[in-house]
Amino acid sequence: MAMFIRVDVDNSVIEKTPGLADKLVEVCPVNIFKVGSKASSVEVVEDNVDECTLCDLCMQASPKGVRVVKLYE
Amino acid sequence: MRFYEFEAKQLLKKHGIPLVQSEVVKTADEAKKAASKIGGPVILKAQVIAPGLTAASVKDAADPAGAKTAAAKLLELDDGGRKPNGILVEARPTGEAVYSLSFTYDGTTKLPVIAASNMAGKIDDLSDTHPERIVRRHFSALYPFSDYIAKELAKSLALGGNDLKRMTRIVSGLARLFLKYDLADLDITSLVKLGEGNFAVLDVEADLEIEARHRQRPMLDELGFAKDDLRQVREPTAFELEGARIDAEDPRGIISPIAEFDGNIGLVIGAGGGSLTLTDAVRKHGGRPANYAAIGGNPSVDKARRLTKLVLSKPGVDKIAVMSNVVSNTRADLVARGVIKGITELGFEPADKILIFRVPGAWEADAAKILQKYGVEYCDRTVSISEAARRAVEKVG
Repeated sequence: MAMFIRVDVDNSVIEKTPGLADKLVEVCPVNIFKVGSKASSVEVVEDNVDECTLCDLCMQASPKGVRVVKLYE
Repeated sequence: MRFYEFEAKQLLKKHGIPLVQSEVVKTADEAKKAASKIGGPVILKAQVIAPGLTAASVKDAADPAGAKTAAAKLLELDDGGRKPNGILVEARPTGEAVYSLSFTYDGTTKLPVIAASNMAGKIDDLSDTHPERIVRRHFSALYPFSDYIAKELAKSLALGGNDLKRMTRIVSGLARLFLKYDLADLDITSLVKLGEGNFAVLDVEADLEIEARHRQRPMLDELGFAKDDLRQVREPTAFELEGARIDAEDPRGIISPIAEFDGNIGLVIGAGGGSLTLTDAVRKHGGRPANYAAIGGNPSVDKARRLTKLVLSKPGVDKIAVMSNVVSNTRADLVARGVIKGITELGFEPADKILIFRVPGAWEADAAKILQKYGVEYCDRTVSISEAARRAVEKVG
């Protein structure tokens, strides 16, 4: 379980944009996302969440579908 | 990287530096044969790396039978968990005069320097006991070495005539070799003037600058250095092997080299030369480091976590000091996450285990927030490296 970062994903938003799930998987430098079992969705790889570099690339890719929360603030 | 003496002598021989007759052997019987071939009294030197073996690794023998006995004893030496890498059997001519030469870098002037004495021994030791018998000349690492500098040095040793010419040739040859092979130190602790007037090197110690090992690969191959041979003074401990494994398994950033000491202050340290400074600072304030580490290149949270767990799991270590130079590439917040995570996974409270957290620089604001949440004080760059070390030593008691 991640201690410092939480990543919220709203797959109902991700699924609406073709290719967005793949893009999220691609842009994250520390592999926090993987393609979900449901088409065009993503899942969060919990083991990698604390490696989040807060680069914002995922939130830039989907401002409404992804939220990164610092648990220490 | 320390050369065995026989390797250093191979380099010297290749560059025309006069040496005494010698042979490297692997067994006592071979030592007897070598001594017989050389004739007369010989000296036998176990080829070892570990410090503290200087006296124990050298024996005299008056004849081949004595050489065999001496070699058998020398081959039993423990060289930091290894056996000696053979025995160097050498002729031991008596000379009219003995000199010593030392080539190294002067940290103050940032230049290579030659020191010489008309006594045998290590120049460092002679500087303490007979400073008036030492002469020095600096030279350039950028421009070709000039014979004039060598001649000037030899002249300072009160040499003249043919002695001056011969010594000049030797000093020049050694200086060029020192530069060519990126040596960090080259000590000729005994250079003897033989009866017929020639000089010959008896004892030599040489160290390669470790960062030059890739550039100097052809020379190292020629000498038979294995690719992974760093000439460590002892075999790595289980702690050090585990540290190296952690580092190798994750390419993100570094945490090594890791060395194990017998102290009680666990060190999670690094950044831009910070590790050496911090380790020295802890010692200066009377602390006893349990280890050395070198965080750099922005290690992952997981790497910092595993390093923390490794250090805290070391017997005798109850607390760790997390300290670094000012970081730019490495992120203070990621180090903080890894350290906190490692400690909590071991079932401890971070505030009980962290003596000090002084990692100033990139993302320090986030690091401070993380630490605050876990009740650990964050020290920024207003706390000097020395002060951070002092506080850590004071807290560990």
